[in-house]
Parts: sequence; C-alpha cells; structure tokens
Amino acid sequence: MAKPTFAMYWAASCGGCEISLLNVGELILDVDAAFDVVFWPCVADFKYQDVEGYPDGSIDLCLFNGAIRNSENEELARLLRRKSKTLVAFGSCAYEGCAPGLANLTTNAATMRTVYTDSLTTDESRTRAPRPVTQVPEGEIHIPVLYETVRPLDQVVPVDYIIPGCPPEARQIAAVLRAVLTGTPLPAPGGTIIGAGHVALCEECPLAKNVKQITRFYRPYEIVPEPGICLLEQGLVCMGPATRSGCGALCPQVGMRCEGCYGPLDGQDQGARMLAAVASVVAAGGSHLDEHVQAQEIAAVMDTLVDPAGTFYRFSLAHSLLRRARVADDPA
Amino acid sequence: MENEFQPIIVGFLCNWCSYRAADLAGTARVHYAPTMRPIRVMCTARVEPEFVLKALREGADGVLIAGCHPGECHYVEGNIKALRRFTLLKAMLRQFGVEDERVQLVWAAASEGKQLAEAVDRMTEQLRALGPLRWRQRVLGEQPVARHALEVEMGD
Repeated sequence: MAKPTFAMYWAASCGGCEISLLNVGELILDVDAAFDVVFWPCVADFKYQDVEGYPDGSIDLCLFNGAIRNSENEELARLLRRKSKTLVAFGSCAYEGCAPGLANLTTNAATMRTVYTDSLTTDESRTRAPRPVTQVPEGEIHIPVLYETVRPLDQVVPVDYIIPGCPPEARQIAAVLRAVLTGTPLPAPGGTIIGAGHVALCEECPLAKNVKQITRFYRPYEIVPEPGICLLEQGLVCMGPATRSGCGALCPQVGMRCEGCYGPLDGQDQGARMLAAVASVVAAGGSHLDEHVQAQEIAAVMDTLVDPAGTFYRFSLAHSLLRRARVADDPA
Repeated sequence: MENEFQPIIVGFLCNWCSYRAADLAGTARVHYAPTMRPIRVMCTARVEPEFVLKALREGADGVLIAGCHPGECHYVEGNIKALRRFTLLKAMLRQFGVEDERVQLVWAAASEGKQLAEAVDRMTEQLRALGPLRWRQRVLGEQPVARHALEVEMGD
C-alpha cells in the first residue's frame, strides 16, 4: 500500500514553524518513514506545477503556516485546499494573522515607506521598493500583488484543524503527529483547535497570584520583575488571562510577559478580553472622587499602557472582531 | 431633511439609572433623535468591550453606554470599572481609526431623562458630522447583504 502523503507550505511567515516541527526530535524520522513528502519548499525541491498535477484530495496531511498577505499566498492556499484531504492551519500566522497581521493597523503604502525609505537605517540611494511589473531584456517579470489586508487562512479557504502558537510547541506538535501516526482519531474537523489547551494560560502558570492593584503599566525593558510573582500584578501586561493555554507558560516563568501567541479562548476576542481584564484591576479613580478628577486619574494610568492595540492583538488582530483599522475614509 | 443621514446608535443602558432615564424621557414626552437602539443591561460594567466592537462591526455608527453617576452604582463600583475599561477602549479604538465621538460613556440618573435625551441628540449631531461607519462594507470591503437574502440564509 502506498504511504500517506504529507505537505507543508509557508505563506507570510518567518519559517519558525518549520523549525518548531523539526524540534520534535527523532519523531521526525517516524514521520518520514510513515509519510511520503510530496511538497515542502523549506526542505525539498518541489515546484508549484508538481502540486497542480496531483489529483484533487491526494495530499493526506497538509500543514499550512503563514498568513495570506499576497496573491501568491492566496493561490497556494486555494491550490493546497483543493489537493489536501486534511488542511491544518499551522501556527499563529495561518490561524490568526500573527505579526504580519499587525500590518492591518496601517496601509501598504505606509508599510512600504517605513521599509524602503523612512527607516533610519535605510540608505535610500541603494534601495528600491518592489514594483509589480519589471521590464527586463527577456520580457516582463510580475511579482505577487501585496494585499491591503492580511488574512488568516480560514478567511480564504475552509480549514480542518488549527494548531496555534508562535511557533507551536514541539511537544504539542509531537502529540498531534503521534496521534496521526498511530491512527488515533482526531476530534471532528471544521476549524477545530488541536495541540493546545482549553483554559486560560494563567491556569498552567505557576507564578503566585495575589490581589491585583495596578497603578501604572510597565514595558518589559522598564523593570526587572520580582521572580515567582504574577507579572500582571507587577504592571506588565501579561496576556495570560486572555490567552489559550498549551505552551506550559514558558515566558512568564522566565520573567517575560505572555504576549498571547496561542491566541484567544473559544469564542472570544483576545484583545477585548484582555482589555476588560486589565482595565478592571487598575487601582485609580476611587468613587469618593469628583467625576472630573476621577476620569483624569484613570486616564493617567491608562496612558502608561503604550500601544494597546499592538499589545492586546499582537497575534490575533487579523482574526479579531474588527480585523483591521480604518485608515483613510474612502469616497462614500 | 429626508435625505439627512440617520446614524444608528446602539445604547447600552444600565437597568437602575439610565434605562429608567430613557423611560422617563418617554413618559415625559421629551422629543429627541430616534437614533438610539436601547439595550438594557444590569450595569455598565456588564458591557464587555466585545459588545462595543461587535456593534461597530455589525453596522452601528456609534455606541452609547449610559449608567449611574459615580458613587451611585447599584453594585457600588460597577460604573467605575466601566469607566476604566471605556478609557482604555477609546485609546485602543483610536488606533483602529474610530473617532472618540463614536463611543461615548455618559452618566444619567433615573431622574435625568432630559439629560439622556440631550446626550442622544448631541451624539446624533456628532455622528452626522462624521458620517456613516459601515465597518463591514467600508473597512472590510464586504458586499452588503440584502435583508431578504439574510432571512433566506437563516431559514425563515
């Protein structure tokens, strides 16, 4: 009997997901023994035309990482959906847009300006922004079109499973791969989250939690946190309360606030939930105060939280309720 | 006049003060803009930021949250918790390109029907000046779904 087939693709991503997959250790040999790799640009030389030639539904397991940022990403998403029996949104970019999704807070033009001209370290005389079409002696070269809005995979094609994380923890990937290799049935597909927990990260975080009374917020470089004590209590915007568990609370245990890479809990908007959680524990504006003073006192504390949108939605912006910012008013 | 833009305001009114204020405005026959869709909540602290974001995404031009004056909350400090969330929410919404006037928090006691009506009138004027939000169409670029199509989809 022919071996089941395996594919992995990267769209708008950093490549960390492939590294994380290789971090499963020797298990990768079992994956190699059990599967025929039919497409995996990171490790093997297959062409897009090869995939186009496969019969529909012929790829048994396709791990898709990366967000949909340009026309090439979208084309491959649609192609791999058609060719795959099981399509997995692998990692935060494919699941919820991740860091590329933060581009949704601005415009492509502004992003391009920052990258190719405005940045202090850019020597303008030596850079040239990419152009969609370039004339060369051999003819015209077209590059993929950059979309104005970054989308997660499930906003483009239906997804069977989601493995969250930036990147997904090797231990969680290994558990999923073992289940697939041993034929253990997975939960019903349909955008189902696998390889993660179903409670908030705080539940698996061992730091001591006391009463939270925040009088100002700190960015990670501003303070050295007291070890062993909840970081949110110390004024660091630790995303634990609004983030799915599954990673084992690796960051808080070494004094780094959770940035929220495992995404929201079922049916929640991560940013809105974090905002609600963090605002309620701000100790400012007691009820004895005059209404005006009270509002000012609260505003002063909130002002110390720099970049709320980027903090609360660092990973989930493109998958959130609003999905993107409203940048310029279009003609009605 | 007929072509004037009628904004849609989703109003979250606290059960103990502002919903009663709206009731009073009605029984006292106060004339004010028919732009607010009131939703009664037990306390302004019940208004999750998610409610506001969802209202804005689903077609509201603005959201008005109204509750008891500080110190008069039925649940002691619910309205202050709401004020804290609201302050941070506004800062975040600015980054999303949503103007401050689109999300407002006002205090209106049960006896302040007139003040609540004035707040709705004021907000209506401000939203008229800003124009429609229409998040799905204008920000997400989705095609408007006709009402009858929606009903078919829902199986009616």
